[in-house]
Amino acid sequence: MSNDTFRDLSQNPLVQRLGVPRIPVLRRHTPGAPLLAGPALVGSVGGGRFAEPMRALLKDAGVPESMTDSSLAGGDDGRLAAVVLDATAARTLDDLAAAQEFLTPAVRRLAPNGRLLLLGPEPDADDVEAAAVAQALDGIVRSAAKEVRAGATANLLVVHPDAPPASVDSSVRFLLSARSAYVDGQVVHVGVPVGPVLDPVGMDSPYDVDRPLAGRVAVVTGAARGIGAAIADTLARDGAVIVAVDVPAAGAALADVANRTGGTALQLDITATDAAERLLAHLRERHGRVDVVVHNAGITRDKLLANMDADRWNAVLAVNLRAQLALNAALLEGDLLSDTGRIVCVASTSGIAGNRGQSNYAASKAGVIGMVRALAPRLAQRGATVNAVAPGFIETEMTARMPLGTREAGRRINSLRQGGLPVDVAETVGWLAQAESGGVTGQVVRVCGQSMIGA
Amino acid sequence: MTRSARRAAVVGGNRIPFARAHGAYAQATNLDMLTATLDGLAARFGLAGERIGEVAGGAVLKHARDRDLTRETVLGSRLSPSTPAYDVQQACGTGLQTMVAVANKIALGQLESGIAAGVDTASDAPVALNDDLRRVLMRLNGARSLPDRLRALAGIRPGQLVPEVPRNAEPRTGLSMGEHAALTALEWSVTREAQDELAAASHRNLAAAYDRGFFDDLVTPYLGLTRDENLRPDTSAEKLARLKPVFGRGEGATMTAGNSTPLTDGASAVLLGSDEWAAERRLPVLAHVVDAETAAVDFVHAGEGLLTAPVHAVPRLLQRNGLTLADFDFYEIHEAFASTVLATLAAWEDPAFAKERLGLDAPLGPIDRSRLNVVGSSLATGHPFAATGGRIVATLAKLLHERGSGRGLVSICAAGGQGVVAILEAA
Repeated sequence: MSNDTFRDLSQNPLVQRLGVPRIPVLRRHTPGAPLLAGPALVGSVGGGRFAEPMRALLKDAGVPESMTDSSLAGGDDGRLAAVVLDATAARTLDDLAAAQEFLTPAVRRLAPNGRLLLLGPEPDADDVEAAAVAQALDGIVRSAAKEVRAGATANLLVVHPDAPPASVDSSVRFLLSARSAYVDGQVVHVGVPVGPVLDPVGMDSPYDVDRPLAGRVAVVTGAARGIGAAIADTLARDGAVIVAVDVPAAGAALADVANRTGGTALQLDITATDAAERLLAHLRERHGRVDVVVHNAGITRDKLLANMDADRWNAVLAVNLRAQLALNAALLEGDLLSDTGRIVCVASTSGIAGNRGQSNYAASKAGVIGMVRALAPRLAQRGATVNAVAPGFIETEMTARMPLGTREAGRRINSLRQGGLPVDVAETVGWLAQAESGGVTGQVVRVCGQSMIGA
Repeated sequence: MTRSARRAAVVGGNRIPFARAHGAYAQATNLDMLTATLDGLAARFGLAGERIGEVAGGAVLKHARDRDLTRETVLGSRLSPSTPAYDVQQACGTGLQTMVAVANKIALGQLESGIAAGVDTASDAPVALNDDLRRVLMRLNGARSLPDRLRALAGIRPGQLVPEVPRNAEPRTGLSMGEHAALTALEWSVTREAQDELAAASHRNLAAAYDRGFFDDLVTPYLGLTRDENLRPDTSAEKLARLKPVFGRGEGATMTAGNSTPLTDGASAVLLGSDEWAAERRLPVLAHVVDAETAAVDFVHAGEGLLTAPVHAVPRLLQRNGLTLADFDFYEIHEAFASTVLATLAAWEDPAFAKERLGLDAPLGPIDRSRLNVVGSSLATGHPFAATGGRIVATLAKLLHERGSGRGLVSICAAGGQGVVAILEAA
């Protein structure tokens, strides 16, 4: 659905000769595609404990490993599809210097749509230099994300010292794969996984790279169109059983989504006083449990704060925040959320950076972020996680209606120089929805191509 | 009465909002509307790609091109193409009769699942070739030589350009359904006030049911319509009293456009199955189909009211099931006209009618009017002929499920002096 004419034109060599910068065409996931399109280089500084498990993960996924000295295997042009640095053991400025020594030649070899992924430690409160070094990685990744070209991204996983190596697997897979096409310059914390220990060997069905959500019951609100429909499609592609929810008035489009995903449609106004009760009763009767809840439904009623009225304010807060609070409270109280329950809330970069004319919307979306952080420890006790994804400029019907100038500005002021697609948000939701993502909770992941807004 | 067969379960239903003729669905065909309705049902119950035992459906006003309408609909729907389907037609009884057909097969163990459906459009009515012209063309088609063909063509006249339009009139009496109903209203002295009150209640009840979300899992919007187009939430008996009568003559004329159903476009479907089939899929069972009865009256020669067959069908059904008219928690009596409902109730209360016409010692008696059409009926929703049965069955099944127990009676009158009635029980 490319409606980005400038990006399309910029692919033309003649246009490029005029000095017009080429807007990269991002690689996106298709079922069956390999994790990476080429070899990966894995390094570590200070003797990190993740390098070896990650080499095993990549080998398992059929990714050839490249060597630091670029002694090239046959047919290898030296380009790297991914550079992974385990810096979880970095504690000194010397470790940091070693990181630079590893990264500089590696980044030069990064292929188009390449992935730079760093793993770092949580800052150590008892060691000032180590804390400084941990935070320094943040600066490296955010700068590198702005430097790498042709659709490449850079992200940082900050890993808790007690987290077992496997707890980063789903996040590593996501951030290396084409699923994270529009996730750039992000810092995500990974802790000790909540809930029961997932033993891939002992599980009935071992981890399936192409269907990581196999059999999981997933509720998606606001599923009739736009980002919600993309989330339903993407989770279904990854094996989830979709319960598509939207207001009764959107029922015709909702039925299409339900039918094409092989799921079911539930027409429900989530702001109704008994909405949570009705949704849970429906889930209990039809599925007996719920594994994934995606709070996607949202509305805008823009007005400058000086001109705001109660109707606009309350309508936005009711849909975007109050309904989520009510359903989450009911899930927390009840026994329906499974012991690998995953709640994913769609926030917005407006909730992080604010936006002119959107005091109500930004309040609701910032509120969602506050809710996620407060809810995470409460849900952890029962094995569930809650996270927020914050979309930046995503190409939807809504952005297509923006004035040209605003739209062009929104598209270009990010490191990938283009808007994201609804599927980019959906892929991010899909990662957080996995049972294997139990180490990620209370996080806010922006899907914004490292937008300058709210950076 | 002994019955060993199992009872068919009503799992749920779906319909599109009903539109007034030449309204929101003016450009939609029966095929379009029924496809959208089956797809909505598939979405609600996760039936995409599923093979259903069978789909029985029908339409009263049907184009010649819509041969096997229901099967063609299935082929264009999200259901598995290996789902068999067939058409049923019994005027306004069509929708309920499809339910009876499917439920009976389930009860006999011939089916585990089935869909009963109905659709009608007054906007896309099957206007046909003038009958004289059609005869000429058939003769032309059969002609073997050039002279024969020329002779056949010579039969064409300008007057044959006037098409054949389906009429809302009984072929054997020439009277419209409204005119027939007006005769019955007069016979039972049904007052204008009572009719307007019934009509106002229908609108009030339907609007309230929409407002409380009752139809959230019974209706799927279509072509921009989210509620029935005919619904007037703010109408009242006083407002309705201002309308001029359109059926009947002079002082005795009481039937208006407000207390009669308008021509309507729409479609409905009901999902039925065995309890086991529903349980395997974790689908709800809202109600069970207990029994059904169809009656017909001689309105041509014996002076019976055209729409009074349910008056006869219900006592037969009650007797077979050992029930009385008071044994119901909900009465769903199709509001073809407000006067039809009121005349039906009056007949059941009349000792003379019971004795002379129904052959009963005592009348069936009155019903508790607070249990009648509690979430509105055809006067408010409109009445796309074959779709009304499905609307009522799904609505009643949900009412029974909400109540958690009890029994409901469905009564639908039909052209040709026929009527179909049925009993549902809460699951």
